[in-house]
Amino acid sequence: MLGYLARRLAASVLILLGVSVVTFGLTYIIPADPVAMIAGRNSTPAVREQIRHQLGLDRPLPERYANYLGRLVQGDLGRSYARKSDVGPLIASRLPPTLLLMLAAIVAELLIGLPAGIYAASRRGRLGDKIAMTLSFASVSTPHFVLGLTLLYLFAYLLSWLPLGGYGSFSHLILPALTLGLAGGGWYSRMMRSSMIEVLRNDYIRTARAKGMPEWRVILKHGLRNAFLPIIAMIGLDVGIFMSGVVVVENVFGWPGIGQLMWQAIQSLDIPIIMGVTTVAACFIVLGNLIADMIAPLIDPRIRLR
Amino acid sequence: MIDFWNRFRRDRLAVYSLGVIALFVSAAILASTFAPYDPSEQFFDGLTLEGSPLPPSGRFWFGTDTNGRDQFSRLLYGAQTSLLIGIVANGIAVFIGAGLGLVAGYVRGLVGAAIMRFTDLMMAFPPLLLAIALAAILKPGLNIVILVIALVNWVQIARVIYAETVALSEREYIEAARAMGAGTGRILLRHLLPHLVPTVIVYATLGIATTVLLEATLSFLGRGVQPPTPAWGMMIFESQSYFLNAPWLVFIPGAAILILALSFNLVGDGLRDALDPTQRGRS
Repeated sequence: MLGYLARRLAASVLILLGVSVVTFGLTYIIPADPVAMIAGRNSTPAVREQIRHQLGLDRPLPERYANYLGRLVQGDLGRSYARKSDVGPLIASRLPPTLLLMLAAIVAELLIGLPAGIYAASRRGRLGDKIAMTLSFASVSTPHFVLGLTLLYLFAYLLSWLPLGGYGSFSHLILPALTLGLAGGGWYSRMMRSSMIEVLRNDYIRTARAKGMPEWRVILKHGLRNAFLPIIAMIGLDVGIFMSGVVVVENVFGWPGIGQLMWQAIQSLDIPIIMGVTTVAACFIVLGNLIADMIAPLIDPRIRLR
Repeated sequence: MIDFWNRFRRDRLAVYSLGVIALFVSAAILASTFAPYDPSEQFFDGLTLEGSPLPPSGRFWFGTDTNGRDQFSRLLYGAQTSLLIGIVANGIAVFIGAGLGLVAGYVRGLVGAAIMRFTDLMMAFPPLLLAIALAAILKPGLNIVILVIALVNWVQIARVIYAETVALSEREYIEAARAMGAGTGRILLRHLLPHLVPTVIVYATLGIATTVLLEATLSFLGRGVQPPTPAWGMMIFESQSYFLNAPWLVFIPGAAILILALSFNLVGDGLRDALDPTQRGRS
C-alpha cells in the first residue's frame, strides 16, 4: 500500500515538473518578444528594461528555467502589469469564492446526475432510459455560457426568483452552481448508468431478486452502494472540466473568483495572470488525480497490487 | 457494411441527427446563396430609433444584432466557421492522437513510455485554459484557432487508441505477421490500423462535438476567430450586454451551437452502438 502511494506521489511530482516546463516554454520561448508579452503592449521602455533584467534573458536557458522553477515553488507567479500587483496573492485572494462554487457545483452535479443515471439503468433500453440519455447528451452539448445565460434569463429576469448575479448570499450561489451542475450532471448520469448496469449483472443481485425483494430495494440497497464507489474516484478527475467551466460561468454571473480574474486577464491580454491561473489549475488537476488515486484502493483493493 | 448501416438505421435519433448535420453543412456551403444579406452590412433601419437591435420580423428573420446587422445571414456564415474549425481542427487532432496512440501502443519501450507520459502531462492542463493561453500568446486568427484546438484535443483519442493497440498487439496474428518478417511500419498500417478504424470513426465524430463547443467558448471569450468573420460564440459575446432586452441574440446562436454539437454526439453514439453491438447501451 505504501509503495503504491509513494509511486503515485512521485508520478504527481514529475507531472508538476512537466507542467512547469510547459508554462516556462509558453511564457518565454514561444513568444517572439516575451518581454513585450509580459509587460503588455503599452509598457514603457523603462519597465521593459526592468523585466528584461528580472528575467535574465541574457543568461543560458537552463539557468533561466532553474530560476523560474525556484520562483514557482515559492508561489511567485510573476507580476501583472495591468493590475500592478503580484499574480500569486491575486489568485490566492480570488480562490475562496471559486472553491465555494466548486463545492456547490459538485453537490449539484451529484444530485442531478446520480438519480438520472439510476433511473436510466433501471429502465434500460426503454423509453425512460432513452429520454434520460438524450437529455444527458443535450446537457453536455450545451456551452456553459448558453446554459448560464438561459437560466439567468428564466429565473433571475422573467421570474425574478434569484439575483441577476453577484456574490454574497446563498441565493447568488444557486444559478452558477446549477449551471455547472447541469453540465457535469450529464456526464455523471452516463457514468452512473453504466456503473449500475455493470453491478446489476452480479449474482448477488440475481439472488436478491430471486428471494422476492422488490426491484427498487434491489437497486437502492445492493446496487447503489456498489455502483456509487467508482463514481467517487471520478469526482477527483472532474477538476479539469470544472476549471474550464468556471472561467465562463463566473463571467456570466459576476462571481468574483479566479474564473472572473482569468476572464478579465483574457480581455486585457494580461499574460502573467493567464499563465498563473493555468498553472494553478494544472496543480489542482494533479491534486485531484492524486486524491482519486488515493481513494481508488480503498474502493477496489485489487488496485494496490498494480 | 450493409449490416452496419442496418444497425445504425435502427437508432432513429442518430439518423435524424445525421440529417440535421447534412442541413447545417449545406447551409454553410450555400451560405452566400441562402443568406438574404451581406453578414457585415450595417442597415440604417436595422436598429430602433433608440439604437436597440430589432426583434425577428419579415425583413430580418432572426432580428438584427447590436450593430444593425442581419442575424440570420450572420448565423449562416457562422456555420461555416463552426464546421470548418470543427472538422479541420478535429481532423488534425485525430491524426496526431491516433498516430501517437498507435505507435506508443505497439512500439512500447522508451518511445511508447515517453509518448504516454507526455499525454499524462497534457491531461494536467484544462483544455480551455491551455487553449486560451496558446491563443493569447499567438496572434489570433482562423489558422491559429484551428492549431490551438488541435493541440489541446488530441489527448483523449491518443489514450483510447493506445489502450486498444496494446490489447491488439497481444493477439496471435500480430505475432504471426512479425514471424513472417513484417516490419514495424507494415504491422502498424496493415495489421493494426484497419482494426482501429471503427474506434477512430466514433471518436472523430464525438470529437467534432467537443471541438464545436471549444471553438464557441473561445470565441465567446474573444480569443477565437476575429471580427468581421462571424462566429456563433462571438455573436453571443457581442450581444451579452443587450441580452435581457434582446434575448433572441443569445438564444438563436446558442440553439445553433447546441443542436450542432448534440447532433454530432448522437451520431457518434449511434455509430458506437452500430459498430460494436455487444457494447450496446453500456456507456
